[in-house]
Amino acid sequence: MLDPNDIIKIEGIQKKYILGGEIEVLALRGADVTIKKGEYVAIMGPSGSGKSTMLNILGCLDRPTAGAYFLGGDDVATMPDDELSEVRGKRIGFIFQSYNLIAQLTVIENIQVPLFYQGKDLSETYDRCVELANLVGLNERLEHRPNQLSGGQQQRVAIARSLVNDPLMILADEPTGNLDSATGLEVLDMIDRLNADGKTIVLVTHDDYVAERAHRVLHMKDGRIDREVINKPSQN
Amino acid sequence: MKASQFISTVKLGIKSLLLHKLRSGLTMLGIIFGVCSVIAMLAIGEGASYEAQEAIKNLGSNNIIIRSVKPPEDTNDTGGGRGMELDYGLTYDDGARIYSTIPGVRRVLPMRIIRENVRFNENTFPCQIIGTTPVYPEIVGVDIIRGRFICDTDELHQQNVCALTTGLANRLFPYQDPLTQAIKVAGVYYRVVGLVREKNTKEQRAQSGEMEGEPLDNNVYIPMSTSRSRMGELIIKRLTGGMGIEAERVELHQITVQMNDTDAVEVADPQIKTLLGRFHEKNDYETIVPLQLLRQAEETKRIFNIVLGSIAAISLLVGGIGIMNIMLATVTERTREIGVRRALGAKKRDITTQFLVETVVLSIGGGLVGVIVGVATPFIVSHLTEMKTIVTLWSVLIAFGISGAIGIAFGIYPASAAAELDPIEALRHE
Repeated sequence: MLDPNDIIKIEGIQKKYILGGEIEVLALRGADVTIKKGEYVAIMGPSGSGKSTMLNILGCLDRPTAGAYFLGGDDVATMPDDELSEVRGKRIGFIFQSYNLIAQLTVIENIQVPLFYQGKDLSETYDRCVELANLVGLNERLEHRPNQLSGGQQQRVAIARSLVNDPLMILADEPTGNLDSATGLEVLDMIDRLNADGKTIVLVTHDDYVAERAHRVLHMKDGRIDREVINKPSQN
Repeated sequence: MKASQFISTVKLGIKSLLLHKLRSGLTMLGIIFGVCSVIAMLAIGEGASYEAQEAIKNLGSNNIIIRSVKPPEDTNDTGGGRGMELDYGLTYDDGARIYSTIPGVRRVLPMRIIRENVRFNENTFPCQIIGTTPVYPEIVGVDIIRGRFICDTDELHQQNVCALTTGLANRLFPYQDPLTQAIKVAGVYYRVVGLVREKNTKEQRAQSGEMEGEPLDNNVYIPMSTSRSRMGELIIKRLTGGMGIEAERVELHQITVQMNDTDAVEVADPQIKTLLGRFHEKNDYETIVPLQLLRQAEETKRIFNIVLGSIAAISLLVGGIGIMNIMLATVTERTREIGVRRALGAKKRDITTQFLVETVVLSIGGGLVGVIVGVATPFIVSHLTEMKTIVTLWSVLIAFGISGAIGIAFGIYPASAAAELDPIEALRHE
């Protein structure tokens, strides 16, 4: 039975890549992950540990070769492409290392993108988008384009964008990787605050300093969860 | 997809295109030239065939025209054995025979066409004396401006009356009212009873076959019976250079046969030829069937349009390939954006739509500009070259429709290539 508090339940997940048509590579060899609502989990591991593959599967960008993945109670491991797109749009908020804002859109339009693909009326949700821009301190720059913003500001737009669809979890991939330490701290503080407000955060990093802030740290090695370190108990 | 979402997609497409103004503009040029050349070429083709077709239509599609032609002078035998006299052409009997034997004939209009000087007081002008019957206006198409045309009584009593074309009347009577005045032709006075104008006077008289630049507006119409009794059938011409004279005996220069309906025309044409062939040993007549000429002209025009249209269509095709090329480059350039959109919930078909809309905006935008330039070009052409051009609505619609279709046809491949990108790969793309 699924615990309704388990936002993510991954069981024995495997991912097999076929390289050059013949050589098989097992990037994930039966990993189990359970993440509860309101948790702040960091995933760490050296390159080649299957960290990126795990991230792609968690983000519903890729499907596992074997094993089960329940996101918010639904089995997403075998979903067709269109439904996966919908899951990504509705249940996951992405924060990327390189911000990944859309260059030809303004700040406010970038925040609106996930809503657009859900077919929401953009004028009805405009106020909420402005509110989110307020939250990340960019209410003065709604009509700016990404190239008119600093890296830290761009990442804050990305955070606002990740929140706009009120997702089950926020998936952050090295969110401070491209930022200097001061702005990196700002962004991490912001993520902390989101978690304090009850958002579930999954953060992939190779930086111990960043991972320290999470409740739990999952260390990956050779396609499995090698060990789990609990920094502090979850508030929930 | 909802309408509001579609409008946003179109706006987004325009925004993305405006990001690279020069590139988008250059890409559109291909379509602009394509659409423009389709419209302009078809307009020129249409215009070129229009005048010819109008001229043929004026001959009447129900009519068959039979003309006397001088037979080729192949032997020393000057036919008929009357010395210097050349005897050929249609006869009064021919008209009667056609009327009585060929089924479906409504009216037969005989014509004698004689060149003669016309005089009033000091004014003398060379013109065409046309001896004919009162039905002439109904068959050939003549507007009666003042007075009347020659009538049955004139014909019956061989009256010396005539109708003049307005142009000739103006030249002969610069100061007087021409009606009831008498003009002198070959020593005989004729009373002017009416002024007429042949429809389409700008055109060369197609049925006379004379390619001299003489204005059509130079006719004197007299009753057939009068022309027979006053002028006879013998026409004596002084040969140029004063080397003697040449005599011709021609009863009728032309017979216009009006059929009951258009369908009867093509049946009657060979019948008339067979009938006349029996009485004319020499090949001294020819028939003209305006309907067939019209068909030929239409066929020529169709081929002309196909040739011009396909040349223009090739330029549209080249424009389409240009668009596809640019869109493929755009997709590669925006791979990262595609990955981001996919991660944020865009389905494959959302991506397809986005890029397809962009291509269609490009091609339809080019199409619109092309229509404007394409409609303007024929005007400039006819202004500069006095060539007649006709921009037809269907050519505009076709050109515009094709430009839209090209946007879709050449946009589908880049758009689906964009949609099929693996989101993970796309996100990692630098």
